[in-house]
Amino acid sequence: MVADVKERQGFAGIMLPSLRGATGPLIGLIVLCLFLTFATDKFLSVRNFLNVLDQITVLGVMAVGMTMVILIGGIDLAVGSVMALAMMVLGYLNVTAGVPMGIAIPLALLVASLNGLVAGLLITRFNVPAFIATLAMMSITRGLANMITDGQQIIGFPAWFNMMAIVRFGGFLTLTVAVMVVVFVVGLLYQRYRHGGRVLYAIGGNAEVARLAGINVQRATVLVYVVCSFLAGLSGMVLAARLDSVQPSSGVSYELDAIAAVVIGGTSLSGGTGGIGGTIIGVLIIGVLRNGLNLLSVSPFMQQVIIGAVIVLAVTAETYRKRK
Amino acid sequence: MTNRSPILSLRGIQKSYGPIKVLHGVDLDIYPGEVVALLGENGAGKSTLSNIISGTVQPSAGEMTWLGKPYAPANPRAAMDEGVGMIHQELKLLPKLSIAENVFVGRYPMKSGRLDRHAMEERARAGLQRLGLDVSPDRLVEGLSTGRQQLIEIAKALTLNARLLILDEPTAALGGEETQLLFRQIERLKAEGVGIIYISHRLEEIRQITDRIVVMRDGAKVQEFDRGDVPIRTIVEAMVGRSLERMFPTLPTPTDEVTLEVRGLSAPSKTFRDINFSVRKGEVFGIAGLMGAGRTELVRAITGADPIASGEVLLHGKPVTPRSPIDAIRNGIVLVPEDRKLQGVVLDHSIAENIGYANLGEISRNGWISSRRIREFAEDYIKRFGVKGRGGQNAGELSGGNQQKVVLAKWLARKPQVVVLDEPTRGIDVGARSSIYDLIVGLAREGVTVIVVSSDLEEVLGVSSRIMVMAQGKQAGILNREDANDVSVMELATL
Repeated sequence: MVADVKERQGFAGIMLPSLRGATGPLIGLIVLCLFLTFATDKFLSVRNFLNVLDQITVLGVMAVGMTMVILIGGIDLAVGSVMALAMMVLGYLNVTAGVPMGIAIPLALLVASLNGLVAGLLITRFNVPAFIATLAMMSITRGLANMITDGQQIIGFPAWFNMMAIVRFGGFLTLTVAVMVVVFVVGLLYQRYRHGGRVLYAIGGNAEVARLAGINVQRATVLVYVVCSFLAGLSGMVLAARLDSVQPSSGVSYELDAIAAVVIGGTSLSGGTGGIGGTIIGVLIIGVLRNGLNLLSVSPFMQQVIIGAVIVLAVTAETYRKRK
Repeated sequence: MTNRSPILSLRGIQKSYGPIKVLHGVDLDIYPGEVVALLGENGAGKSTLSNIISGTVQPSAGEMTWLGKPYAPANPRAAMDEGVGMIHQELKLLPKLSIAENVFVGRYPMKSGRLDRHAMEERARAGLQRLGLDVSPDRLVEGLSTGRQQLIEIAKALTLNARLLILDEPTAALGGEETQLLFRQIERLKAEGVGIIYISHRLEEIRQITDRIVVMRDGAKVQEFDRGDVPIRTIVEAMVGRSLERMFPTLPTPTDEVTLEVRGLSAPSKTFRDINFSVRKGEVFGIAGLMGAGRTELVRAITGADPIASGEVLLHGKPVTPRSPIDAIRNGIVLVPEDRKLQGVVLDHSIAENIGYANLGEISRNGWISSRRIREFAEDYIKRFGVKGRGGQNAGELSGGNQQKVVLAKWLARKPQVVVLDEPTRGIDVGARSSIYDLIVGLAREGVTVIVVSSDLEEVLGVSSRIMVMAQGKQAGILNREDANDVSVMELATL
C-alpha cells in the first residue's frame, strides 16, 4: 500500500529523483532568477518566462540527446551540423521539390538519424574514438548541408509552419515549446524507468563491467548516437519553424552549447553520473542567463565571457562539493 | 643487527577520520637491513599506517623519528626526499614512456636547462643493475610483465636513495618465478642495509623472507613475532583474533551428471591451446598454473568475454560455444572476473545498482523499471549473502570481500548453471576469505557447476574436487583431489 502511494507521485515524482546530484545547479538557477527579479523590472513576468521557454527550445531538444551520449562516456560534436543538414533536407524537399511537410519532416529526421547510425557504427565496429568519429561527421554533414543549395538559404515554407513557433495555444504553449516539453518528459521517463535507460548508467560507469554483465554495449551505444542525431534533427525542425527559413550555416557551435548545458547540469564528462533532470536545469540556466543579460543590455561579446565563467563556476562548485 | 639504532621509530601513532578512530596508538621500530611483515585483515590499519609513514596522510597524534631526527612528512614527495619509498599495490607506471623516463618522472636530471637524457639513462641503468634486471632503460614499460614492472617501481625508489621501502602486496599479481626474482632482490637490498616493510596476504611467502612479523587488528598492534618462521595458523589466529577451526568447508560429493564440457578449445592468440575437460553437476573444478599459463584467458573464453578460435563448449551435451558474454549468460554460464575493480563492479554506483545491472531484464516489467524496484530486488540478495553495506551505498566504499559478494550476488540472482570464478579471493583478507569459500562450496552443494581459477595453491587444493593444471597455454594434466598436493601441482605447472 505504501509502495503504491510512493509510485504515484506524478510529475514531481519523476522530477525530484532525477535532480539528485543536480541540486547545486538548481540552487544556482534559483539564485540567478532572484537576482534578475531585483535587478530588472521585466524579468519576473509570465510573458518573459514564455519568451525564455521559446528561446531554449532548440538547445533543450538537442541537449537531451547530448546528455545520453555523455552519460555513456561519449561525446557528439556533430549535432550542430546534423541539425543544419536536417533543416536543408527539409527545405529542399518541401520548398524546392514540393513534398508535403507530413513526409518531408520524417524524411529529414531520418537523414539526421542516419548520421548518428554512421557515427555509432564507426565508434563500435571500427573502434574510432567518439571525439574523432563525430568530429569527422561534423565536417561531412556541414559540407553536405552546404552542397544542397550551394550555401544558399531556402525560404517559402507553408504559413502554418512558422505559426507553430508563434501561436500560443491556450495563451501559453507554442507547439515548439510543447515539442521540447514532450522530449523532456519522455527523456526523463526513459532514463529513469526504462530498461534501456538504466543500461546507459552501467555503460558509462564501466563499459567492461556492463559487457560482462550481459548488457549489449555495442547496440546501446549505436542507439544512443542515433537518438542524439534524431533529436539534433528535431531541434532543426524547431529552429526552421522559428526562423521560417533554413540555411546551411545554422547551428555552428551549437554542439558546444549543448555540451555546456549538460555539464552545467551536473552530468560528468567521464560518464555514469548525472542525467536529463540536471540538463533541463542547465538549459534553463543558459536560457535565463542570456535573457537576463539581454534585459540588462549587456553586449553579446560580454555575454560570451559571462557564460564561459558560469561553466567554470558550475563545474568547479560541483567538483568541490563532491570532494567534501 | 638489533643492537643498531632503528632507522624509523613510531611512537603512539593515532589517526582519526572525524569521530572514527582507525589507529589507536601504534609503536613500531624498523632497523636497517631487515624485512618486517605488516599483517592484518583489510581495515586493520596497515594501509593507513604505511600511508602515514610515506607522507600520504598525516597522523592525528604521535611521533615519528627518522634516523634519529623528528620526522613529519607533509606529502609523499617530502617522505621520498628523506628516503622513504612506497610501492603501491596498483602499479603507477606510465606504459607509453620508457623505463628511464618512468624512473625519473617529475625529477628529470637537467643540464643547462635541458633534459639530460644521457645521464637519465645511465642512472636508470645503474638502478636496474642494482636489482639484477637485465632490460634496457630506453625500452617502453608497455609489454613488460607485471613482475618486471614491480621491480621498476622499486628501482624508481632506489634511485632516490631510499633507506626504507614499503611494499604493499607486491606479489599479488606475480607468478611463482617472478615472486622468487623479487625475493632475491629483496635479499640483496637487505644486505645493503635497506629496511623493508612488507605487506602481504600470502602468508606462505611471509615465512620465506621476513625477519619479523607485526600483526595488526582494528587499528592496533596486537602481536609481534621476532622471527619470520611462525606457523601460519598462529599468524592467522592473531590476525582474526580467534582460533580457527578450519579454513575450508567440506566438499559435497559431485553427481555423475556432466554439465559442462570443453572440447579442443583454442584462443586466436594461442594463449591457450587444445583444452579438453568436463565438469559435473555439483563439482568444484579447480584450474591451477603459473602466471601467463592461460588460465584467465581460458575461462574468459568459456564465458564469452574473449573470442574463441576453434573448439567448442557444450552444456548438457548441446553446443553452446559463446560469441559474447550475453550468449554465455543466456545459457547460464557466468563469470566472476579476476579484477573486481575494473571488471566486476562499477565502483561509484550503488550496491543495488551493481546487483541490478545483471538482472535488469528480470527486475523490469515490460521494460519499465524503477530505482525502488532495483533496491528491493538487491536488498534481498544483500541480506542473503551477508554483504556488509546498505543498498544505496557505493560499491567503492566496500571492502574487497564485500565487493566480491556483490559480484556473486548479481549472478546468483540469475540462478546460473555454471559459475566461473577467476581469482575469487585476490586482495581479500583472510577472515573474509572463508566466507567466500563457504559461498563457493555452497553453490556446488546446490547443484551448480563451479570452476575456480586461482594462483593461490592452498586455495585451489582446498576447494576443488579435481584440479586441471595449465602450463604455457597447454593443459598439463588433471589431478583428482586425492592425488593433488602442492608438489604434484607444481610439477605439472612447470612442465
